[in-house]
Amino acid sequence: MPSNKSVSNAPITQFVNCRILRDHKLQREDLWVREGRILDPEKLFFDEEGYADQRVDCEGLIIAPGFIDVQINGGYGIDFSQATSNVRGGVALVAKKILEHGVTSFLPTLVTSPPNIYHKVLTEVKVHSGGVEGAGVLGCHLEGPFISLEKKGAHPEQYLRSFQLGGMLDLIETYGTLDNVAMVTLAPELPNSEKVVRELTQRGITVSLGHSVANLSQAEEAVQHGASFITHLFNAMLPFHHRDPGIVGLLTSDQVPQDRMVFYGMIADGIHTNSAALRIAHRAHPTGLVLVTDAITAMGLPPGRHTLGQQVIEIQGLHAYVAGTKTLSGSIATMDMCVRHFKQASGCSVEEALEAASLHPAQLLGISHYKGTLDYGADAAPDR
Amino acid sequence: MKLIILNDYDQVGEWAAKYIRNKIRRFNPGPDRFFILGLPTGGTPLGCYKKLIEFYKKGEISFKYVKTFNMDEYVGIARNHPESYHSFMWNNLFKHIDIKSENTHILDGNAPNLVEECDSFEEKIKAAGGIDLFVGGIGPDGHIAFNEPGSSLLSRTRVKTLAQDTILANARFFDGDLSKVPTMALTVGVATVMDAREVMILITGVHKAFALYKAIEEGVNHMWTVSAFQQHPQTVFVCDEDATLELRVKTVKYFQGMMHVHNKLVDPLPSK
Repeated sequence: MPSNKSVSNAPITQFVNCRILRDHKLQREDLWVREGRILDPEKLFFDEEGYADQRVDCEGLIIAPGFIDVQINGGYGIDFSQATSNVRGGVALVAKKILEHGVTSFLPTLVTSPPNIYHKVLTEVKVHSGGVEGAGVLGCHLEGPFISLEKKGAHPEQYLRSFQLGGMLDLIETYGTLDNVAMVTLAPELPNSEKVVRELTQRGITVSLGHSVANLSQAEEAVQHGASFITHLFNAMLPFHHRDPGIVGLLTSDQVPQDRMVFYGMIADGIHTNSAALRIAHRAHPTGLVLVTDAITAMGLPPGRHTLGQQVIEIQGLHAYVAGTKTLSGSIATMDMCVRHFKQASGCSVEEALEAASLHPAQLLGISHYKGTLDYGADAAPDR
Repeated sequence: MKLIILNDYDQVGEWAAKYIRNKIRRFNPGPDRFFILGLPTGGTPLGCYKKLIEFYKKGEISFKYVKTFNMDEYVGIARNHPESYHSFMWNNLFKHIDIKSENTHILDGNAPNLVEECDSFEEKIKAAGGIDLFVGGIGPDGHIAFNEPGSSLLSRTRVKTLAQDTILANARFFDGDLSKVPTMALTVGVATVMDAREVMILITGVHKAFALYKAIEEGVNHMWTVSAFQQHPQTVFVCDEDATLELRVKTVKYFQGMMHVHNKLVDPLPSK
């Protein structure tokens, strides 16, 4: 049927015979898209007297909002923490590849690195929308170097830093710029951290707690100052203790401000977290769970030795270790694998599993009005 | 009047949908001759709409050359409010079939001049050539559309204040908050529906039984406005057994005896 629209002449695509994730439920509804946005068909019908230009038969498949990966260090041989001669090309390659896993937006993550790496990479990687050519970049996730020595994990010790210049000055000196930065992971027990947390929050940058030996009250204070995320829960932090649950206690803390929520990243690859621990976290605080891949350079590559930041790692099957040790160095599971494993291990519904990778990260980043959902007005990839 | 008595709600929906389907097919609409259909909202026609959608999906009917005129709409609630009759028609019929928006007509409860809106609706019906088949329901107080007891049997499309009972009954759709329930509606008049070439009324459930009795076994009375259709040359009442509970056994037996004739109106599917 030819179109007849008073608002716009752009072609309208109607996806039929599908199940869409909307209002936390999978529903048998058609999905309408025009000019890269989800369209309200009722408005189109009554206000514009318009209808679809083309119909796509989805043959009963599910349409879910694109996944958002807020912690991914690289993949397919690319390491975001390396200042290569073609940083943009590297990001673009990963961005294109992760579309196959259902990821349509991500935060290229940099592990603890020397200042020159940050200065180079942060000027090259810009926030931009995604499309057929690759997932969109929402900003970078800077995981370090303001983290705890005891919980450095695979991060190189010699580049760890503290807020010795008072806080923000340390950040500017280390990172060079905060433009195009969407998230910073830091250890809140470091002196002067409150000022940093408050300042970053005010600038709209998500503050995440991780690689830390903070106790619960230190963590709660940081949340009150603006921190809203926990980097890979359980990993690189003090274990849960019944008299001081540490950062893990944030999941059920009563000190979190009323109008806010603490989200937490989970690497649901079956390796970084025992399924029982995953279930405990999920049951304690289901709406805050955010699936992350924490994928490293080797994701998508065959077994062997590869570089991550300033270190060498080794792939053995689905495990990635710091070469010569048994310290986990990151994951090589893809986001769709994580969604499936999470659903299977937690016994949650399909809707919950999908939302943990789409709606929740969008809510965390404060962009859920146009990402992570299929609500009218939300972003939709342009038509092929 | 033809009184079609079926076993239950589902059968009523199916019979009514088949009747509409066959009527449209026999009419054989085209770009120069549209079939004009009057439509109701509410729980009663839902089953019928579901069946019509099924027939459309099977390819037995197309709404490409059908124009529709709805009976009523609330005044003052947003067009996309989940309880508006626009939303009802979109979700329960229009979005599932091949009808064009410009061929659907629903009164606009947010029009700047409500009287003009009602008059213009009557003009649009006239311009379309009048209604071929007006489908409606019946309220427990015997009203058709929002023509509540006491409405003139000669009334036309106009603004009506809703009865207190109606407002209370509707509260459950507005979070139980009486202040949110619309108090006025735009409705076609009794005479507007009487002008249609044919009228089909659907009645299901025991709570409608007394109204049905008043409508067809007692006299024409403005307190039971559906009784006006006793004076229409082509009316079909389709009901389930529960709705006949207040009728005389004689009436029921008479019309049940006619079912083998009346069923020919719905089966088989007429060829195009």
